[in-house]
Amino acid sequence: MIRRHALVIATLLACGARAEVPPAVLDAEQVRIAAIAKAVRPAVAVFANEGKGGGSGVVISPDGYALTNFHVVQPAGSYMKCGMADGRLYDAVIVGIDPTGDVGLIKLLGREDFPTATLADSNDMKIGDWCFAVGNPFLLATDFQPTVTYGIVSGTHRYQPPAGTLLEYTDCIQTDAAINPGNSGGPLFNANGDLIGINGRGSFEKRGRVNVGVGYAISINQIKNFLGCLKSGRIVDHATLGATVAMGDDGAVKVSNILEASDAYRRGLRYGDQIVSFGSRAIDTPNGFKNVLGIFPKGWRVPLTYRRDGKETNIVVKLTGVHAEEELIQLLNRRPQQEQPRPGGPRPNPGQPRPGQPQPGQPQPGRPQDPEQPMPRPGPGRPAPTKIVVPAEIAKFIKPRPGYANYYFNELNRDRLWSAFTAKSDFAKTAGAWKLTGELVGGGKVEISLSDDASSGAFPQGTFKIDGSKDLDAELGPPGTGGLLAALHLWRQMLIVGPQKFGDVYYYGAAPYTGIEGQAEVLVATRNVAEASFVFEPASGKLAIVEMTADTDADSCEVRLGDYRDVGGRSVPHRLEVRSGDNLYGVIQLQQIELAAAEVKQP
Amino acid sequence: MSRVTVLILAAVLAAPASGQSSFAEIAEQTQPKIVKIFGAGGLRGLEAYQSGFLISGQRHILTVWSYVLDSDALTVYLNDGRKLQAEVVGMDPRTEIAVLKVDADSLPHFNLDEAVPLTSGAKVLAFSNLYGVALGNEPASVLHGVVAAKTDLAARRGAFETTYRGPAYVLDAMTNNPGSAGGALTDRRGHLAGLLGKELRSSTSNIWLNYAVPISELASTAHDIIAGKFKPAPRGEDVKKPKESHTLAALGIHTVPDFLPRTPPFVESVRSGSPAAKAGVKPDDLILFVNGRVVPSCKLLADELTFIDRLDAVRLTIQRGQDLVEISLTLE
Repeated sequence: MIRRHALVIATLLACGARAEVPPAVLDAEQVRIAAIAKAVRPAVAVFANEGKGGGSGVVISPDGYALTNFHVVQPAGSYMKCGMADGRLYDAVIVGIDPTGDVGLIKLLGREDFPTATLADSNDMKIGDWCFAVGNPFLLATDFQPTVTYGIVSGTHRYQPPAGTLLEYTDCIQTDAAINPGNSGGPLFNANGDLIGINGRGSFEKRGRVNVGVGYAISINQIKNFLGCLKSGRIVDHATLGATVAMGDDGAVKVSNILEASDAYRRGLRYGDQIVSFGSRAIDTPNGFKNVLGIFPKGWRVPLTYRRDGKETNIVVKLTGVHAEEELIQLLNRRPQQEQPRPGGPRPNPGQPRPGQPQPGQPQPGRPQDPEQPMPRPGPGRPAPTKIVVPAEIAKFIKPRPGYANYYFNELNRDRLWSAFTAKSDFAKTAGAWKLTGELVGGGKVEISLSDDASSGAFPQGTFKIDGSKDLDAELGPPGTGGLLAALHLWRQMLIVGPQKFGDVYYYGAAPYTGIEGQAEVLVATRNVAEASFVFEPASGKLAIVEMTADTDADSCEVRLGDYRDVGGRSVPHRLEVRSGDNLYGVIQLQQIELAAAEVKQP
Repeated sequence: MSRVTVLILAAVLAAPASGQSSFAEIAEQTQPKIVKIFGAGGLRGLEAYQSGFLISGQRHILTVWSYVLDSDALTVYLNDGRKLQAEVVGMDPRTEIAVLKVDADSLPHFNLDEAVPLTSGAKVLAFSNLYGVALGNEPASVLHGVVAAKTDLAARRGAFETTYRGPAYVLDAMTNNPGSAGGALTDRRGHLAGLLGKELRSSTSNIWLNYAVPISELASTAHDIIAGKFKPAPRGEDVKKPKESHTLAALGIHTVPDFLPRTPPFVESVRSGSPAAKAGVKPDDLILFVNGRVVPSCKLLADELTFIDRLDAVRLTIQRGQDLVEISLTLE
């Protein structure tokens, strides 16, 4: 009987569908079905070991890199389990974290052909556009089948203030698709099933920790900016301009405070100036300004236009960190450790954040250790809450080190970048003195001699010397360069010994540079008071820029290396474009370069 | 069986048809009519903001009547970011609406008389500045949903802290959040249908309601407010005060301390044995009208009494909890 009814209904439906339903409706239905089918495949259900909660995530590369929230991975430590819609459970390790932006990058292990989400341009999203969240609300996905919640984009470019200095949602996407605890870290897709954001927050206030129709996703465009840095295994910091802004009485956004030591001040920005545009976006509100600031990692250079006395000026400002060097690590460590000791396993690095006083109305969904946070139920995704030992085959992907989420990935990238570079030009056997002879274009003769103990240079402005045993900021000549001789001194040493032996060298990640296509990978080397960035062109792998900073409150010395020619089988730059701040010192064209081999020391 | 078939077919047919504007287009067309209102509040649990929308070319804004409007410095942000000072044209405590006016020209607006009725199942969009997330020229938030029911809020009389007694659209979307009150509910084509109400929850089940009041229930009142019927208008110069008028003291009413520019005239205490006590005025009563004239503040309440001869009766309209109470006072 039931079967006959069903048959009749099916027949009627089939007829009805053909006869009555407009094709556009059926097409739209198929598009939606296809989009969801596509979108659930890369979705990840994150389960922390020892029952420390969990959340959601999404795989973005075939080798298993996946995005989630910092506040999801933070209690999990450096090792977690991830379920996917294929029904399998994968081991995953922490890669990098962005505590301010609430982003965590993890890497799923065991496959090189993970299904991946396609990254969309989240700036294309308009209010009213359909979107949907895929994830693990209330950690329901014990069978790893994700939950799909559909909605519309309720707001774009929203700003949600941080708790203290962490978990700040800038330029985020607001949606009425249900975002509940456990959805944290999961993907928000557009109607085509392409990734537009990472869900992580909602406005809850007095209605309890469940969806109230107001969820926020970190825009995927912001994450694209941070991704290179997150892959470095570092604890990535957000940026500050060194200036604050406020809405003036005339409705203009104006500088309300500025540090004289900031790059913005050195570029000419002053108290009372109106911010016209920032990051190539018009600025109408303080929130708009904070939105732009929040999408860039520390260290990036961002264009800014200000207006003073009716005149507009364009500058490019280097952004400094929101937090001081140790401050971020301390913030992460301040919260008392609640984990069981883990003998036999390496200590996870990220530590515990201190979310501070939650802002009224903006508690964090899925915040770990919250008594209201639903814990995962016993099931395949959750091992028994006993002391765990990280299996050896996974432990090799985890390397704790202060200041890093997982130093393994920093070494990995540092060595990868350096091997690619030295494969083309290895300077290890040129450890003797280097002699560079040429001229400052339109300025006169230049003779530079570089060696381990001492370097010197004869420039049109005079002769300058570096004593290798002293701090490098003792000699920042020639004047107007910010320390060209010191920069070249470090350049030679780095090329000869490489990052492993140089001393303190880390892989920064990636950042854009004017004149370089795409994002360039950067190594940062520190030698006593000086810090040198080595910027590699992504297309050629060539060293394109050496930037040395001796005093963070002063302009650095930037040397752009060009005109690479062969010298004794090695590719060596013959054109040095030298600038400090806004000042172009000049271009040094080298005619002769001698790279001596190391002197054989007498016994 | 046939009923099942019809239901299934109806569900399939209810899917969006081609040729209609997308929600994104509707949202973009509607946003210029939505405003963000900032006023009194900011204290614990009391947001200093709400929503509103433009309803006439004469720069009128419809919103809900709330403590946010108890301010001499009401600020309205238009969708384009223009910041304007607003004045309260008038309010109606019964429907809990207020009309504001701003000084700006040729603003896009809804027409209350063209508002559409909705039936259960209708797709709707809700526009509001919930949680105050939008500042300056940032657009209001938009939520989507369907009308779950059109029902009478009065059916649950006593359960909600509202004086509104008429029908309401109950929505399946989380439309009534802090700051949402005064926002616009439209149909799927952007036609005005309702006014998002204040946050209400059932005191018995603790469930938060998501609802909007049909414009048809409010339009005539809004027109009356614009026409000046609910205005605490200054009297003409020729209106003479009686030699001996009523005073709060003589009536036995003591209002709350008058700290704010517009302290709502709540009764703090009633002197025992006084005319007010005999007539049944109680502490915590909010005096809304005196002889049919709106008295939105302690000061205006005291002023209003000076126009009434002490030999005449005083008729007070009082909000007591969720109820409106009419009380007549005489000195003897």
